[in-house]
Amino acid sequence: MLSHSPRAISVAGMANGNFEQRTGGAARIFAPWKDPAVRPLLRIEAVTKRFGEAEAVSQLSLDIYEREFFALLGPSGCGKTTLLRMLAGFDQPSAGRILLDGNDLAGVPPHRRPVNMMFQNYALFPHLTVEGNIAFGLRQDRLPKAEIAARVADMLALVRLEGFGARRPHQLSGGQRQRVALARALAKRPRVLLLDEPLSALDRKLREDTGFELMELQDKLGLTFIVVTHDQEEAMMLADRIGVMNAGTLAQVATPAEIYEQPNSRWVADFIGDVNLIEGRVVSAGLGEAVIDSRAGGRLRVAQNVDAPVGATVWLALRPEKIEIAAREPAAFDANRLIGQVHDIGYLGDVSILRVRLDSGFEIKAAVANRTRLIERPIGIGDRVWLSWAPEAGVVLTQ
Amino acid sequence: MSAPPPAPQPGPQSGPQPAPAPRRAFGMRLLVLIPALWLALFFVAPFLIVLKISLSQTVIAQPPYAPVLDPAGGLPALREFVAGLSLDNYALLVTDALYVTSYLRSLAMAAGSTLLLLLIGYPIAYGIARSPRRIQPVLVIAVFLPFLTAFLIRIYAWVNILQREGLLNEVLLALGLVREPLALLSTDAAIVIGLVYSYLPFMVLPLYASLERMDDSLLEAAADLGCPAWKAFWLVTVPLSMPGVTAGALLCFIPIVGEFVVPDLLGGSGAMMIGQTLWVEFFSNKDWPVASALAVALLAILLAPIVIHQHLQSRTLGGG
Repeated sequence: MLSHSPRAISVAGMANGNFEQRTGGAARIFAPWKDPAVRPLLRIEAVTKRFGEAEAVSQLSLDIYEREFFALLGPSGCGKTTLLRMLAGFDQPSAGRILLDGNDLAGVPPHRRPVNMMFQNYALFPHLTVEGNIAFGLRQDRLPKAEIAARVADMLALVRLEGFGARRPHQLSGGQRQRVALARALAKRPRVLLLDEPLSALDRKLREDTGFELMELQDKLGLTFIVVTHDQEEAMMLADRIGVMNAGTLAQVATPAEIYEQPNSRWVADFIGDVNLIEGRVVSAGLGEAVIDSRAGGRLRVAQNVDAPVGATVWLALRPEKIEIAAREPAAFDANRLIGQVHDIGYLGDVSILRVRLDSGFEIKAAVANRTRLIERPIGIGDRVWLSWAPEAGVVLTQ
Repeated sequence: MSAPPPAPQPGPQSGPQPAPAPRRAFGMRLLVLIPALWLALFFVAPFLIVLKISLSQTVIAQPPYAPVLDPAGGLPALREFVAGLSLDNYALLVTDALYVTSYLRSLAMAAGSTLLLLLIGYPIAYGIARSPRRIQPVLVIAVFLPFLTAFLIRIYAWVNILQREGLLNEVLLALGLVREPLALLSTDAAIVIGLVYSYLPFMVLPLYASLERMDDSLLEAAADLGCPAWKAFWLVTVPLSMPGVTAGALLCFIPIVGEFVVPDLLGGSGAMMIGQTLWVEFFSNKDWPVASALAVALLAILLAPIVIHQHLQSRTLGGG
């Protein structure tokens, strides 16, 4: 059950940092979606949304759990924003149901839903001060003045904007505005907080810091967050689970590590991160292992149950950073190995991406961590190199 | 506002822009000269002439006021000229009840009409701003369409509509709403109808401009925070359209105070608005100095709302 627990898998890039941050020393394993006894907080049942002829969301079902940080990830136009707007109540499903705490939200207008949204452009009221913006929702609930003031002060402290209460939105920087929008949406203590591209308007450095702050906040407040984003790094960093959306449907729902390591289709593998997709035919498939005759050249071994008959066309998805690259033939005897010529090197600082043209004409991308200084690196353009990877490194996809 | 505390994080923030290059500044100054020259030629110079006449005395002569400056007379002539100027006409304006009531009446009529214009113009502008984007230009043109016919003809048409045997009375009689024709023409009501009709586009357009560029997501944010639609209108739409409200109100109020044609054609012969009083002084009484004093005083009165507007504008909303 817990084989994909954060510590069991080493994941490249952001996701790794994410797990370290979230689990910390306590190694909390948060996976209510694996426990059949836990009831979901939000249940989306076969929801379809049509705009005229076009279906923005089709027959989409999804459960989201209390205290979960869920990311809806997909390219623009995949329907993720439409789904979010249906949760907020700005759009009504053409078919299907949305249940919150077991109650059908159909016909409940946005101002009666215990759900708040942080808008992509923040939608701060320009005629109100920071305090006025944060207090706006509380005033609608007719809370006593003293309580509103206390909660506004709490919220300002929470997003570290003490002393900014009297300012107007146009007197703030982009990052400060983002925090005001967050404070305003959190002030009412929503059952679910919806975040529409929360980090996309921030510059890169600020985005990472703000992302960590968001995760800390969510953990501290024990709230359920649903974030919509087109940025896979953002989704991988923030979320407990990611729902990858494509053309109005969910292509895969899983933890960031599962999505990255075990994509369920070529589309997901290709959308998330960089991948080599090697087409081939199944030669033999046994318990926990299979052999594939690949177009890249020769037979490749995989340590996986392949759910396809012998002779079927499958694809081996292989992440560039899983490939070892060496000038001499590798010694490891069970590894897959291919030989080719380096014809391009992309230097990215932390890693370099090598494009290697195999003797079969097939091209493979391999990533090499730049642990040594540039001068000492032995491989250059035009060199003959060996590519090798363990049978466990790739994943076989049947669709 | 208290001094802002330092930002808690060293996020990249855009600092103040450096001053533009001097050559460009020179070009900009030349550009500013164009409106300045225009103002000097067509506002400042005529105003100074009117101001001078307002300080003169009426005489039966050509021109019908004295003193007249004779540049050939040198310094003594100038001294005599200055000695001949007086504030007598302004003293007359504040002491004679005719002028005071005329001013007050104009201000009251303008205030009432502007309020009505706002009440009628706001729903129209709101309706246009909320309609599908591709038909909005058509609706804006429709608001302006009456302006394609001459102003005087349209006001005469109102005479026709409002008179005893006019269109409105015939309709009211036919519907059985009244037994006898109403006396509409030559009343204050007729003036207000004419004013509201004439100035509506000047109210609708600035309102539409401010409503149209409002971000819909602000209303969604209000709804999301627990605000029903009617309340969001009061808490978000109305405050954000205030620049349009003040612009529209000023665009209507200021010319209405000095309006002549509408009250003259639709109003009664009793009480006059200031534009009519001025006309009478100028053309019937041939008293140019008093007419000029009336005009200068009117300008001074109307300066007040403009100054208030400028003050408000510099104080409120910067960027969106």
